[in-house]
Amino acid sequence: MTATEMTARMLAAGSTAPAAPSEPLLEVDGLVVELPSTGTNPRLRAGGSRPGAVRVVDGVSFDIPPATTVGLIGESGSGKTMTANAIIGLLPDGAAVGGQLRFRGEDLLRTDPARRRGLRGHEIAMIFQDPLAALNPTQTIARQVGEILRRSGRPRAEVRRRVVELLDRAGVPEPTRRMRNFPHEFSGGMRQRAMIALALAGSPALLLADEPTTALDVTVQARILRLLHSIQQDEGLAMLLVSHDLRVVAHVAHQVVVMYAGRVAERGPTGAVLGRPAHPYTRALVNSVPAVRTRTALAHPLPGTPATPANRPAGCAFHPRCPMARERCRTEQPAVRSVAPDRWTACHFAEELLQA
Amino acid sequence: MIRVVVKRLLIGVLVMWGAASLIFVIVRVAPGDPVSILLGPDAGQDQIDQLTASLGLDRPMFAQYLSYLGHAVRFDFGDSYLFGRPAMAEVLERLPATAELMLASTLIAVVVGLALGLLAGGRPGTAVDRVVSASTIALQSFPTFWVGIMLILIFALALRLLPSAGSGTPAHLVLPAVTLALPFTAIVARLTRTSVADTMREPYIQTARSKGLTERQVLLGHALRNSLIPVVTIVGLHMGGLMGGAVIVENVFAWPGLGSLVVDSVSNRDYQVVQAATFLIAGIVMLFNLVADLVYSQLDPRIRLEGTS
Repeated sequence: MTATEMTARMLAAGSTAPAAPSEPLLEVDGLVVELPSTGTNPRLRAGGSRPGAVRVVDGVSFDIPPATTVGLIGESGSGKTMTANAIIGLLPDGAAVGGQLRFRGEDLLRTDPARRRGLRGHEIAMIFQDPLAALNPTQTIARQVGEILRRSGRPRAEVRRRVVELLDRAGVPEPTRRMRNFPHEFSGGMRQRAMIALALAGSPALLLADEPTTALDVTVQARILRLLHSIQQDEGLAMLLVSHDLRVVAHVAHQVVVMYAGRVAERGPTGAVLGRPAHPYTRALVNSVPAVRTRTALAHPLPGTPATPANRPAGCAFHPRCPMARERCRTEQPAVRSVAPDRWTACHFAEELLQA
Repeated sequence: MIRVVVKRLLIGVLVMWGAASLIFVIVRVAPGDPVSILLGPDAGQDQIDQLTASLGLDRPMFAQYLSYLGHAVRFDFGDSYLFGRPAMAEVLERLPATAELMLASTLIAVVVGLALGLLAGGRPGTAVDRVVSASTIALQSFPTFWVGIMLILIFALALRLLPSAGSGTPAHLVLPAVTLALPFTAIVARLTRTSVADTMREPYIQTARSKGLTERQVLLGHALRNSLIPVVTIVGLHMGGLMGGAVIVENVFAWPGLGSLVVDSVSNRDYQVVQAATFLIAGIVMLFNLVADLVYSQLDPRIRLEGTS
């Protein structure tokens, strides 16, 4: 057994069986996000963007079924965070967005702004990478967690009771006492727990978690991840887990979407995708994870630097780093196509990988 | 909290000593002396010597300084040369008029400045923002005496809406208060704008938006309080600075306050009154700064904790 296969097995073992397929809660269909660029670099115009705009998300499609965790994985600059921001509707000023985002069949990009805002927190909630920055330093934890409940007109005593419940569910010890604290009086892990309680306050159906463990200590990361997983299971939440860390996604995601330079490289059930990648980028990602328990502890880091949406190579964006690259890859951009039931890839030569 | 206040008050005592000493030196170094002004140009040497001695001005400078400090700690600055009554009493009598002017100006500056700053900073880069930013720069650059005269020309002489000088009715307060408030309003507006625009870029504003709040709720519920911290500091510091502006405005509008008293006393070399007024003004400025610091620590719980632990 090669180190690659062992790593793949290890990664695949962590994920649970995918949820039964049903009507998706959210369908991301050909999502495009363009950000205004500040520079006047003419190279930015490559790739069909509007002049002066950078296409950071380019035709991304995937589904999030109810009660399912979808892992969104990619290097920094791959467009994964912008995809999450587009879903909740919090893109930076001046961003242009296209395609469709169908939430329970309703296209979020065409609903009126007030209705869209109403969905925020109550249907679609988000937790952020850095819980210290994401919590208001001048308000108590109780005030911030309970705000959405207070604003929807619940009586004070009920809000208070619910905040204690939420903090308790998120694993904050002594919630009745700690809820009166300010964020700076919490440890990093506790802040993220408070952030999770805050996101759950509006009883959302879809939780977007943008690198929820990246800013935390390694020992705390696993605990927060387990907490998110158990909440997702208990509440029947749909979750989009955005991460650059394959191990994070492997442990809790039912399905995985791999992004590269603003596009989907591959998507499918986590076990299948990580166990038998259908895209050389996914394979390289899997191989770059150090296999701790094997004796061949040396991981294979990805060669080269990631392509950025602002500077995307022609053809397949991954071809400069791809060991399998051929002439076709340099000229023809691969479309995302189905290569097996429920498996999609954007590689011209996926079959070779799958048959190898 | 209490420890912070006590510490600040102790520092305050040092500042007051510094201010008192500085003004003692300045009035004596400045050309002209009270004796020749009181007696006029035709006085004989005998008269001059006699008055100099009775005012205690013939004693060595250091002895004068010590006795000045000794009395100052009891708020006794001696009798005014000009009015023949305690200088501090004269100063205190003029204080309410100046306080009225300053409070009115501060109120205008804070209310109007905050509103404009929030309007501009909540949506940086919009037309509203550009108008506010441009007009506040203009307001800040006009000299106070010129603004005062212009307002008199327009509202008192041309439109005959408001009295041009004097005091007594609320109508008398409008022009001097507005004149004094304009540059202050501009400062508050510009600072609030910058501060709000910065705060709106904080990640916790995204969190607030992710709860489905309206932009208005985000601005007032999450951005305003955090943006106020630098604004409060400047308001506190600048209320002291208003004292300087009040001197000019009170003279333009013949407002019977501390400012016009100080100007009169300086021209008459009425050392006692100048010293008493300076001492009082320094005390007031210090008090404002202290209050600003306390409000500041109430606004930001992180500061509050650092102070007590």
